Amino acid sequence: MVAFYCFASIAVVASLLVVAQRNPVYSVLLLIASFGALSGLYVLLEAPFAAVTQIIVYAGAIMVLFLFVVMLLNAPHEDTEEDLDRVRRVSGAATRLQRGPLWFGALLTAAFTVELVWALGREATLVSAFTRPAVSSVAAIGAVLFTEFAFAFEVTSVLILVAIVGAVVLARRETRERSPGVRPTGKV
Amino acid sequence: MKAVLLLIPLLPFVGFLLNASFGRRLGRAVSGGVACAAMLGAFGVSALAVWQLIAQPADARAISQTVFTWIASGAFRADFGLYLDPLSSVMILVVTGIGSLIHIYSTAYMHDEPGEEYARYFSYLNLFAAFMLVLVLGSNFLTMFVGWEGVGLCSYLLIGFWYQRPAASEAGKKAFIVNRIGDVGFVLAVLIIALNFRSIEFQDVARRVTEFAPETSFGLVSLIALLLFVGATGKSAQIPLYVWLPDAMEGPTPVSALIHAATMVTAGVYLIGRNAVLFGHATPTLEIIALVGTATAFFAGTIGLVQTDIKRVLAYSTVSQLGFMFMAMGVGAYSAGIFHLYTHAFFKALLFLGSGAVIHALSGEQDIRRMGGLRRELPTTYWTFLVGALAIAGVPLLSGFFSKDEILFKVFTSGHTVLWVVGAVTSFLTAVYMFRLVFLVFHGERATAAAAEGGAPQAASAPGAAHAQHSHGGHGHDAHGAPHAHDAPPAMALALIVLAFGSVVAGYVGVPHALGGSNRLEAYLAPSFGEHGPATAAHAPEGAEAHGSSANESTELALMGVSSLIAVAGIGLAFFFFVSNRAAADALAARFGGLHRLLWRKYYVDEVYDAAIVQPVKITSDAALWRGVDVGLIDGSVNGIARLVTGGSELLRRTQTGSARVYAASLLGGAVLIVGYYLW
Amino acid sequence: MPSLTDYLVLSAILFAIGTAGVFVRRNLITILLSIEIMLNAVNLSFVAFGRAFGTVDGQIIVFFVMTVAAAEAAVGLAIVIALFRHRESLNPEAFTTLRG
Repeated sequence: MVAFYCFASIAVVASLLVVAQRNPVYSVLLLIASFGALSGLYVLLEAPFAAVTQIIVYAGAIMVLFLFVVMLLNAPHEDTEEDLDRVRRVSGAATRLQRGPLWFGALLTAAFTVELVWALGREATLVSAFTRPAVSSVAAIGAVLFTEFAFAFEVTSVLILVAIVGAVVLARRETRERSPGVRPTGKV
Repeated sequence: MKAVLLLIPLLPFVGFLLNASFGRRLGRAVSGGVACAAMLGAFGVSALAVWQLIAQPADARAISQTVFTWIASGAFRADFGLYLDPLSSVMILVVTGIGSLIHIYSTAYMHDEPGEEYARYFSYLNLFAAFMLVLVLGSNFLTMFVGWEGVGLCSYLLIGFWYQRPAASEAGKKAFIVNRIGDVGFVLAVLIIALNFRSIEFQDVARRVTEFAPETSFGLVSLIALLLFVGATGKSAQIPLYVWLPDAMEGPTPVSALIHAATMVTAGVYLIGRNAVLFGHATPTLEIIALVGTATAFFAGTIGLVQTDIKRVLAYSTVSQLGFMFMAMGVGAYSAGIFHLYTHAFFKALLFLGSGAVIHALSGEQDIRRMGGLRRELPTTYWTFLVGALAIAGVPLLSGFFSKDEILFKVFTSGHTVLWVVGAVTSFLTAVYMFRLVFLVFHGERATAAAAEGGAPQAASAPGAAHAQHSHGGHGHDAHGAPHAHDAPPAMALALIVLAFGSVVAGYVGVPHALGGSNRLEAYLAPSFGEHGPATAAHAPEGAEAHGSSANESTELALMGVSSLIAVAGIGLAFFFFVSNRAAADALAARFGGLHRLLWRKYYVDEVYDAAIVQPVKITSDAALWRGVDVGLIDGSVNGIARLVTGGSELLRRTQTGSARVYAASLLGGAVLIVGYYLW
Repeated sequence: MPSLTDYLVLSAILFAIGTAGVFVRRNLITILLSIEIMLNAVNLSFVAFGRAFGTVDGQIIVFFVMTVAAAEAAVGLAIVIALFRHRESLNPEAFTTLRG
């Protein structure tokens, strides 16, 4: 129980900070921390495979990728004058700080949260404790994965291939004419 | 031999096609020749057909031919059918005979026209003849209506023949439009007949009508008859739709002779005669017809008394004589009406053609105040014109006497004494104005332009001068007061002489019993009117009883005496005022200046129609229907829908902010709503 | 011992945080990070349910979700790079050329 509250609080706080603070590098790092906490929670749920996969894939691969991109782009922090200047250059002179979606989004989020909690409250018949035995061995997972979900497994590999190709194509440097609008100041 | 009937309208139609397609290449002689040959051919075939008809026994005189089935829809069937019986036999002989003469006359009258105009004229004239023959030969209302509308069309084309003259094209339009108003009545009547009698064949309708009793109050049959009469007033220029006929004089004079004297305008009278059984059952409508006819006759006669255009006088005279015919039809004297139609065709055509000869000789002058003394210069024209004038005045032994007298006698014996009085007065007026015309045109000395002013307003001379300039191609003569006028060329003279001869003898087919004749025409025509000879007379007042009693015969003789007296008195009065003592006429006109002006201005009827009908219609069309409905409502609603769509798009456009976060927000909003719905 | 409800409440909280992040932040990369938070929250609830029903299905679904998330992150970041090359900005307000 204590462990649960520990990990839970780390996850929540880290996520909050990811959303709240300005520096994108810090956001990424904090998210890694959050993922770590989640991984601990998976262990508590007797799902070691999920926990390890979380660390390897999410924290290890995806987040590192994010970090690369953040550092590569070296974009100005948001809501700074520099950032707003750039925006104005492309979309018109009098671009204000858009607060509208902010408030509206926050409102909707609050509403959604209320709904979720409400939904949870309705289902009072949920089991309060985990009564059934856990199945957690990698062998068991493998047995189901390669029989029942074999098709999904194969399709997922195709998906990854497509993603690779797409990412390469999209991020390729244009060698033809520049797009109108902003002349890039840096070389990317 | 039944196919022969189709040939009668077909020959002029072929003539039309030839002249219309090739006319400009054919040259005048050939164009005219083709047209006249077509008419003479039609006359020949008509004569043959009538000969065949007469060979039949009296109660089986009918030849019919169904050319093709036009409409066969369910139980309703209408064919394009032709039907020859005594009534239509008279009509086709009149149309083709007098038509041929007028065609021959036209070859000389129109010779100043350029080649293609000449051909166009003859093509229209032939087309008119073809349609008129379809009208009188039609076996049902639909076929007749084809002819009815066709002659209206040709009338428009021929009145507006010199279409570059604004007056002519206006007159053409007026004729067509006023006719159309009458046609509404005709069509409504046919629709009611089709609905109630299930057939529009004349014979069928006549048969079915006998199942009703003659109506004493206004009922279905009277309504049908009244609507048909409305159509007749349009075509035959009765009150209130007569206004087009005087204006129609803008057309060439042979056209006036053929269409507006002898044939087209008689279509209304023919319509009533053809449906005699129907009308016989519609007693209230017959009263109305007699009344309108008499009123029109008198009304037109008064106007004709003061007109100064030679053709206008004759036009009003035609309206007046048509009134007589309707008077006859209205009292049930159908064969008397047709008799007068037949004699009137002769002498009215003669008078018009004679006036045409005068106009031709004077290079387009039509104002009688500038004429005079022409009997020395135009002898043939004078003598034939005189015969025509005597005939129309009702001088004994000429055709007009017999027919007009027959009408007046029948009116008197049917009890309509008031109508008889008005008719007698109108006869008097007829004699007066006709001989006023004769004396002013042919007697006395030629008036010069300076002496042409009289009691009438100056405005009258301007149209006359306009006529002089435009209506005639020019003979190389000076229009004002030139002494050298040549008499009618041979083609015209031939027509005049033949018609003069006809005006004298045509009446002898209808010599009444009172004078020792047998009234062969009446007996001949009786089967067409549903009366079977002198033996049975169920509906019409003219039946056996008129011939049997000597009391009626003495009445007839007495009335004849009165008519003759009236004719002579009229001629005498005209002689006094226009030969002996012209100044007295002018003095009289000056003394009754107001009345004179009223008559001169034709009772201001055209002005009234314009103000009461034409202007309101124009204003309504312009302001209400065009600006209001068409531009405002219809265009407005179409444009309005477009504007609505555009406006809606403008509004909806705002949702495309381009900002992905807004889109995400709306996604979330949707999710919230759906989840909320399921939780509820 | 934590019950299923506890895990689900935690999952809901994390999901809400992620959603808020999408709307609050004006940096494309941070928005992507918030989306990752949401995905993880869902993963957590899947595993919790799998544990509650005593099957491995929860973990298997998590396996696939992670795979797809990885692919999506890769492609998404590639797009971000391409966009940055055009506009020199990571502010989503700079990309409104589809405005009607």
